[in-house]
This record gives sequence, C-alpha cells and structure tokens, in this order.
Amino acid sequence: MSDIAIEIRNLSKMYRLGEVGTGTLSHDLNRWWHKVRGKEDPFLKLGQENKRDTAGGEYVWALKDVNFDVKQGEVLGIIGKNGAGKSTLLKLLSRVTAPTTGTFKAKGRIASLLEVGTGFHPELTGRENIFLNGAILGMTKNEIKRKFDEIVDFAGVERYIDTPVKRYSSGMYVRLAFGVSAHLESEILIVDEVLAVGDAEFQNKCLGKMKDVSNSEGRTVLFVSHNMGAVRNLCTHALLMEHGTLKKDGHTADIIDTYLSGGNEADRVMEWEENERPSTSEITVYSIKVFDNKQRLDTLLTTTDDLHVEIEYDVKEEIKDLRVALNLLTSDGTNIFSSSDYGFQQDSRLRVPGRYKSICHIPGSLLNAGVYAATVDFDVPITRSIIMSLPVSFTISELIYNQLGNTYASKPGGVVHPFLKWEVKTEAR
Amino acid sequence: MNKEQQQEHWDIVIEPQSSLLSINFKEVWKYRDLLLLLVRRDFVAFYKQTILGPLWFFIQPLLTTAMYFIIFTKVAGIKTDDTPPMLFYLAGVTCWNYFSESLTKTADTFIANASIFGKVYFPRLVIPLSIVLSNLIRLFIQFLLFLGMWLFYLFTTDMVHPHWDVMLLFPFLILLMAALALGLGIIFSSLTTKYRDLRFLLTFGIQLLMFATPVVYPLSLASEKYKWLIVANPFTAIIETFRYAFLGKGDFNWLYLGYSTLVTIIILFLGTMIFNKVEKNFMDTV
Repeated sequence: MSDIAIEIRNLSKMYRLGEVGTGTLSHDLNRWWHKVRGKEDPFLKLGQENKRDTAGGEYVWALKDVNFDVKQGEVLGIIGKNGAGKSTLLKLLSRVTAPTTGTFKAKGRIASLLEVGTGFHPELTGRENIFLNGAILGMTKNEIKRKFDEIVDFAGVERYIDTPVKRYSSGMYVRLAFGVSAHLESEILIVDEVLAVGDAEFQNKCLGKMKDVSNSEGRTVLFVSHNMGAVRNLCTHALLMEHGTLKKDGHTADIIDTYLSGGNEADRVMEWEENERPSTSEITVYSIKVFDNKQRLDTLLTTTDDLHVEIEYDVKEEIKDLRVALNLLTSDGTNIFSSSDYGFQQDSRLRVPGRYKSICHIPGSLLNAGVYAATVDFDVPITRSIIMSLPVSFTISELIYNQLGNTYASKPGGVVHPFLKWEVKTEAR
Repeated sequence: MNKEQQQEHWDIVIEPQSSLLSINFKEVWKYRDLLLLLVRRDFVAFYKQTILGPLWFFIQPLLTTAMYFIIFTKVAGIKTDDTPPMLFYLAGVTCWNYFSESLTKTADTFIANASIFGKVYFPRLVIPLSIVLSNLIRLFIQFLLFLGMWLFYLFTTDMVHPHWDVMLLFPFLILLMAALALGLGIIFSSLTTKYRDLRFLLTFGIQLLMFATPVVYPLSLASEKYKWLIVANPFTAIIETFRYAFLGKGDFNWLYLGYSTLVTIIILFLGTMIFNKVEKNFMDTV
C-alpha cells in the first residue's frame, strides 16, 4: 500500500485569450471537423507559456505538464507569483473545471475552500445556511447535525442563529462561513487565500484550526498563499510555480528561499540612461540601488536583512559642504526618517571632482515588512539645493522575526518593527 | 510495484475526456441532502419577507386565470368546449406554469450559479434537478387549488364529466412534464454558456410555444390545416390528456401521448449528453 493521497500526471490547462464570442463559432466548427476526421485539436498547439507581459497568440497554457504526488496527511504549500498557475491548479483539483490534458487521481473526498460562504443565501437564517453551505461543500445532513454546535460555537453567533444572514455584520458572516468550512470532514482539503479576510485575531483562529486539522486529524491539506509566514508555519512540503509550470518541489524552507531569491529587482534599482541622468554643472547622478547584506539586487528582502542604499554620482566641480541625504517614506507617504552622509566625510568637507558612492546602511531588524519609497537629495545645507527628490522604492517581502511571538497575521502593526530588548522581572513572594 | 499500483483504489479520477453518457448517478445520489436543501431554499426564499407568504402560490395562477377569462372568453369570445371557462384556463395555467417555470429556471443553471460552480464541486445536475423538484411542490399546491375549483363545478354544475380511468395517468403526465422541462432546460443551459444569444431566444420561444400549445384554447378549435403543427408539439398531448381526464373534453389519443413520450425521452437523452460535455469546462467560457 502506498500512502499517496493525490497523484498528478502531466496536468495541463489551456485558456483562450480575449473575448469569447466572435470567432468562437468558427473555431468550434473547425475543432469539430478535426475531431470527426480523428485529428488532433488544431488549436492545442498554438498554446504558449503563460507570460502575462508578452503579447502572443490567442491561446495560452495556464498550466503545463505539472507532475507531483501528495502524501497522506501532508500539508502542501503552493507558492508563486501572481499568474504562476496556482489558482488554475487549485481549480483543476477542486474539479471546478476539467484539465485540457493529463490526469489526476485522489483518494477520499476533496473539499475546496476557494472562497468562504459559497452558496450562502441572504434571505435564509444562519441555521439554514449552515446546512445549505455544508451540503454544497459535500457534507451529509447527519454530519452537519453532529458538527452544528461546534460550528456555531466557533463562529460565536449563537444569538443570531435564527436571523437571516443578510442582517449579519460582515465579520459575523465570514466567521460563520469559515466555521462551516473548517468543520468539513473530507480527507483532502484545498485552501486558497481565504484567510485574507477577517481581523487578525480571526485569521489566527483560522490558521490554528487548519493546523489542528492536519496535525491531529491526519488529513491532507493543499494550501495556496502569499503569506510566507503562514506557509512556513503550516506546511511541511511546498511547490513553487512559475509561468504555469512546476519549478521546484521540496522542503518548505528551501522552496521559500528559492521563491524569495527569484528576482524582483525592478523596483530596487533606479538607473538612468546616459542622456537622462539628473545632472547640473556640478553633479551627475548615475544610479540609486538598494542592496541586501550580500550585495545582491535580485533577492527578495526580508526584515532581518541589512539594507545598503548606494547612491553613485560624479562630482564635476569642487563642492564644499556637499550633503547627500536619504528620506525614507512608507508607501502612504509618512516620513520614517531622514539621514545624510554630512557627518561622515573628510574634515575639510571639500569634495574634489571624481566618481563617488554614498552608501547608507540601514540595519536589519528595524523596518517592518512592507513597501517603502525613498528620495535622495543633493544639497549644501542652508545655502542651496542641487538635485532634489530622486526616487527609489523597495519592498521588504518577508517578516522573519516577529517580536509579538507566533501570530499568523501577515505582519505586526507599525511602520517599524525594531528588535528591542525586553526584561521580565518578578519579585519572589 | 506495478501490480500494486494497478490494484490501488482511487476515489476520484479526473481525465480530460470522458464518454458522453457517463453521468455519475451514484454521485448525484450521494448529494441527495444537498438536493433537498436546495429545494427547501427555493421554496422558502420565494415567500420570505412577504405578508401573504405561501398564499402567493395561489394568487399567481388565480390572477392569470382571471385575466385569461376576461381576455379570451369575454373579449375575444373563444369557446372552451362547453367546459367552465375558469376551470378550463386554470387547468391549462397550472400545467403550463409548471413547465415554463421549470424550463426558464433550468435553462439558467450555469449562468445563474456560475459563482458557486466556480468555487466548489458537486454534481452539476443537482441544480436543475432541484429546480424541477421545487417547482413540483408548487405544482402540487396549485393543483390543490385546481382540485378545489374542480370539485365546486363538479357538484354545482353538470358541465364537468371526468374520465376516472384516464385520471390514473396523472402521475405519468407530471413525470412527462418534468422530464420535458428538464431535458429542454439543460440543453439550453449548456448552449447558453457560450452563446448567450439563446437566452433571448428562449424567452421569446416559451411565449411562442404557449400559443402553439392548447393552453388558452381547446385543440378542437384549431383549424384542420394547422392542427398537425400543434400536435407536433409534445406538450399538447400532455395538456389535452389532463383536460380529458378531469374536464371530460379534450383530445385524448394514445398515439399522441406515445409520440410525446418518445420525444421527451429523446430530448432528455440529448440533454444529458450535452450537459455532461459542457459541465466540465463551462467555467472557462461562461
């Protein structure tokens, strides 16, 4: 006996781009004509790799030749950028749509949570909706009856259970909906980023419940998320998807590392073409780059990384008292800090012509995860501005160390998340 | 190793293509609880937040019947084969309402439920089945209304001469109506996923079909020249048999009924085939 719960072989899915309607009939007839003569679908070979930004043919492979097995009781994380084929894969596994080619086999019932509250009817009461939703997700009436109290308790809506759900607050609605889903008894559970709903406390509750489901009940879970913290916490095994293909399959930590180091350099570098460089008679700026602690540009940044913001420029005439300043802003424009190289230059404070690099070191374990914008100013204090507000932006994608302890929320509150020392004191009684 | 794999039991096997008639009835049976809950939902949600509640099930056919009575009997002066006009129309309206309601709603299966179908799997056939079933409950309620009026005319006038033996066919007539509505409904629902044009055609088509069915006039009134056209409509035999059984007038004929049954079976068969093919991939086009 093997302990494989899901077996996937050469699974592929092709989509037609553009509007369905015009031209569909002619393609359908053409396809039918090929089929009648026993030939292959003429449009299947037109499909190409799913790269969103390159224009191409009318058909695209959202998923191409994916192979993997999932063991019984395993929690498998599926990660990848938007458009990598994660959702398509989940749709195929949930049997919402059929694959174009390939097969998949599974043991036991599959329940998919691509959304919470599927089939909730606003006019029906909470009680009626629990039964309806449970049945849609594949439970029998008796199973729901047995779990009923547990679900109501989990959602905390005892008082409102006989009120139509259209009168519920959105929070109650979501809690009730997730409650039903969380108490499914299927052997295989497929979860898409449902957890992006509700407040942080409720998200913790959901993820906690999911962990229980896999640990104590031994069920197989497939989990798709952009929340690396949750994936790291829950999953034993992970898949990395890219452009509709399976890029890597392995231990969660390895996969997350690969994912994080798979470039998004675009927003960390500000480099100008030769004739577009910001320049005055005194200064020409070449680039602003945000390196991580290993002088790399193509990794995803984490909160523990030391950041090095390197500003490269030419000084063409002697300048006294030049100041290169960095202002760090949050994505909504709040200034976090401003800093400059003013106190770090030679005593004479005179910069002779030549190529310079001013590098600002931002220590790790200071900033929170998030998107940051920085502006760089060149000026002589009090006297004059030279070049102002050159922009660069960067994203700190992953929170490594959370001082609030183990929470499942994507990140703790606050603009910064510095590593602070704590003491816990007690007086002996 | 190979042998072991061959013996392995898989509960779910998904392949891109499957045979045309492979509807998994066992699976539909497994979801019978869902079927019943959906029927209940349709039924309850119908009269939620109304004052008259389930009474609306009676008011609708009564108003329609009254309207037909005024327009067709009083204004247009159409004869109803010496049967009480109100009863004549109510018989037609009760049957026709069941058929047209079931058909319009099942024809919308994929489009109306796309949001559910897109998120979770269950045998798609459950939805059209639930529609036909919940309408069946309405039919029974409305049939009670008809029965009440029928008893009234039976005892107070001598215009009603029921054929008690043909009345035994009543359950079979209901089955035929349900099957016909289901079959046509799933054909339309399957085709509208890609070509929405059919939706508009259907609303018009149902209206047209009503006039091609002896709902507001008796078959005996049809001119010989066009009678074949009306008889070719499989619904005609059903409604005529129903009237013959309860009112005593109508064109009851085993040949017509046999023809209706055959057409219904063919349509249901065809519908199952198309539905089965479309349900796998409809999410990509809907």
